[in-house]
Amino acid sequence: AAPVQVQLVVPMTVVFGPGSVPGDLPRPLPFRDVQEMEISVNLRTSVTSRYEMRYRSTTGQEEAALAAATAREADAALHPLQDATLGSLTIYVVPETSSLLPQGIHVYVGKHRSALVRAGGSLAALRARLREVTQVMSFTASSIAAALSHRVPDGQLGPDARRDLKSSLGYEITFSLLNPDPKSHTVDWDIEGAVNRYVKPVLDKLSLVANFSVDSQILYYAMLGVTPRYDKESSSFLLSAHSLPHVINPVEARLGSSAASLYPVLNFLLYVPERSHSPLYIQDKDGAPVRTNAFHSPRWGGIMVYNVEAPASPQASLPLHVDVDMARVMEVFLAQLRLLFGLSREEVPAEFLLEGPGNEGLADWELDHLLWAHTVENIATVSTTLTSLAQLLDKIGNIVIKDDVASEVYRAVASVQSAVTKLSLGHLHAAFQASKEAVTSSERAFFDPSLLHLLYFPDDQKFAIYIPLFLPMAVPILLSLAKIVRETRLRKKEPTKMD
Amino acid sequence: VCTSRFWFNYRHVANTLSVYRSVKRLGIPDSHIVLMLADDMACNPRNPKPATVFSHKNMELNVYGDDVEVDYRSYEVTVENFLRVLTGRIPPSTPRSKRLLSDDRSNILIYMTGHGGNGFLKFQDSEEITNVELADAFEQMWQKRRYNELLFIIDTCQGASMYERFYSPNIMALASSQVGEDSLSHQPDLAIGVHLMDRYTFYVLEFLEEIHPASQTNMNDLFQVCPKSLCVSTPGHRTDLFRRDPEKVLITDFFGSVRKVEITTETLSLERDVAAFESKFPEEELATEPLKYAEQLPVAQIIHQKPKQKDWHPPGGFILGLWALIIMVFFKTYGIKHMKHVF
Repeated sequence: AAPVQVQLVVPMTVVFGPGSVPGDLPRPLPFRDVQEMEISVNLRTSVTSRYEMRYRSTTGQEEAALAAATAREADAALHPLQDATLGSLTIYVVPETSSLLPQGIHVYVGKHRSALVRAGGSLAALRARLREVTQVMSFTASSIAAALSHRVPDGQLGPDARRDLKSSLGYEITFSLLNPDPKSHTVDWDIEGAVNRYVKPVLDKLSLVANFSVDSQILYYAMLGVTPRYDKESSSFLLSAHSLPHVINPVEARLGSSAASLYPVLNFLLYVPERSHSPLYIQDKDGAPVRTNAFHSPRWGGIMVYNVEAPASPQASLPLHVDVDMARVMEVFLAQLRLLFGLSREEVPAEFLLEGPGNEGLADWELDHLLWAHTVENIATVSTTLTSLAQLLDKIGNIVIKDDVASEVYRAVASVQSAVTKLSLGHLHAAFQASKEAVTSSERAFFDPSLLHLLYFPDDQKFAIYIPLFLPMAVPILLSLAKIVRETRLRKKEPTKMD
Repeated sequence: VCTSRFWFNYRHVANTLSVYRSVKRLGIPDSHIVLMLADDMACNPRNPKPATVFSHKNMELNVYGDDVEVDYRSYEVTVENFLRVLTGRIPPSTPRSKRLLSDDRSNILIYMTGHGGNGFLKFQDSEEITNVELADAFEQMWQKRRYNELLFIIDTCQGASMYERFYSPNIMALASSQVGEDSLSHQPDLAIGVHLMDRYTFYVLEFLEEIHPASQTNMNDLFQVCPKSLCVSTPGHRTDLFRRDPEKVLITDFFGSVRKVEITTETLSLERDVAAFESKFPEEELATEPLKYAEQLPVAQIIHQKPKQKDWHPPGGFILGLWALIIMVFFKTYGIKHMKHVF
């Protein structure tokens, strides 16, 4: 694989609130500092992370904001005062004894790009806490390694690698309602309203990352491939954890996920069990019922089981009308969407308090997290693609390269160089856009239909074809050449004879 | 992939369709299968049982059935299309069902059957694919990480020669016969009049009948299928490029589809009763003029166009004249008396 050396620069601002400045600062405020760390993935791929920190003390407005009652209010008040470019972080240090953070909590991570940290006494302790914060809010060595998973030697990857969705220009999301028993249940789901109210805000925030398209469908008589077990104790039906992998395939055939687009498809299925199999609960490995009654498969999507309440009177007329509580359903589906994108997997230390993102679906720093991973992945993919294209063209000398393929290659090289430069300057958004362009151009160049090489001619076949053609033609030529040579030799000898 | 056509190659189509059925039974949906067949058996005028293809004399199972989804049929089964599917260098207008949309976590099973020789496989009686081309195609797939692991099964004469040249990692290959041996067919059927199936595929299918989606049988058992006593040819396999130990590889890793599944334990807390959302990035409305139906095609322009200037070609007699000149030079060199007979 081609060598890749990327420097990821994170601009950080550390603001010291009143009473929180540690005693052992090397220089008076404000000053700058740089921390570098190397994440080496394999021999030829290395990623250096560089945190450019700017330490300063609070302005008057920030002090007023920090005097709020709770951390959430303080964060909301501080948000308009920050310079919140993509990829940057702002950390506010509050005194050790401050009551802004609850007891036992050292760090509060807001839903934008800022955090509130308790001063640790000395600069070293503060630096340690800051490092923990950057591990959570920015990127970690393992998240970068996961993005570059195709370069890591096999066996060094944990089971977590290759779980997240690969970086792509767009994703298609399909919501499907599966009703296997229409005779007993008439299910109404206001999917359009739910998409408008709950899904669109999340996708809007993610629109920086990729294009999303949403569709929905209702499938009747679509059964799960597995028969659930009846459990007498809870008088319900149970699906055990090890039968879950076999549920997806029989349904997938009917989902019609081979729709028009070539983007990866994420399927979210809502299954309303049949009357004879209600209520249906999913069991986890330990046998306990799962609270969300849902499971997901990496890089595919998620399934949720929606149980219908048994009617109050057993003589209720069938079919029962079911109005799906879309908010409850979307809470699960959007959580699954976050898991599929790999947004919420870090092990967060116990002293951290993370603010929930609310209806937006993801915090700003989680979006940054995704952008870092995707940018690095894109750059690595482009360099691998272009290198293997160059190797292919070296090996097979007689492939004709069309002009537009050549221009795509030039554009890809220019874009990827620009992406690496922008990353080393700390402009995450511009770097991401450049890396997306680079991927588009390089894929177009590599997969151009004109680059197909056919007709491998081994040497013995070349003999077999050309000899019967050229040998008979060569015979008179060779004979006349021999005759000419004989005649010139005779003419040279004659003058000596006449003498 | 079935690389033969014509009625007497019935058994190749039956081979392919039977493997297709087994793979579907074990859970792989049609959207994940690319089936290439000449598809001229079921409706062949020589078929005494029209619209059916049988793989066994007892005619119990019609492998053609109602839900066969053939992606490349008839003259679309060419070496070029096969290599395009593998390497992904497909024209943009190709539908999704004709593409191999695999990524670095996909396990791919490739089954090919037909007539072959030492180092080549015949496609539709008119072209060949060599083992070097196939190996290069797999390398292209590996470069773009279009597969995680690949299992290649080939049932042709001298099949082992086709996997000799592979050099990309994570490929396991099985063949029905070694170089210099022929793969034999299993049983002729007197009612249909042709051989119905090949021996190696027949025994592989018998083996697959006992596999269900949750079974734990591994690859070593598949290597033992069809010993020389039953198959007459010696099946071969190649595992040196494969990273895992074949004993740990489950049959369902390739023939079935068992997905990794995780329980969802978290939910997002949403505020209910939220008003409809206004996007931060409103779509731009392009101001366009309304189009009239009659203005779609500029008919007036086309009618009054001048005829296009064709490129200049030398007059046809030029070629004739050239040849006449060559013949005259030839006769002059070798003797003029022959020329007199012409004029």
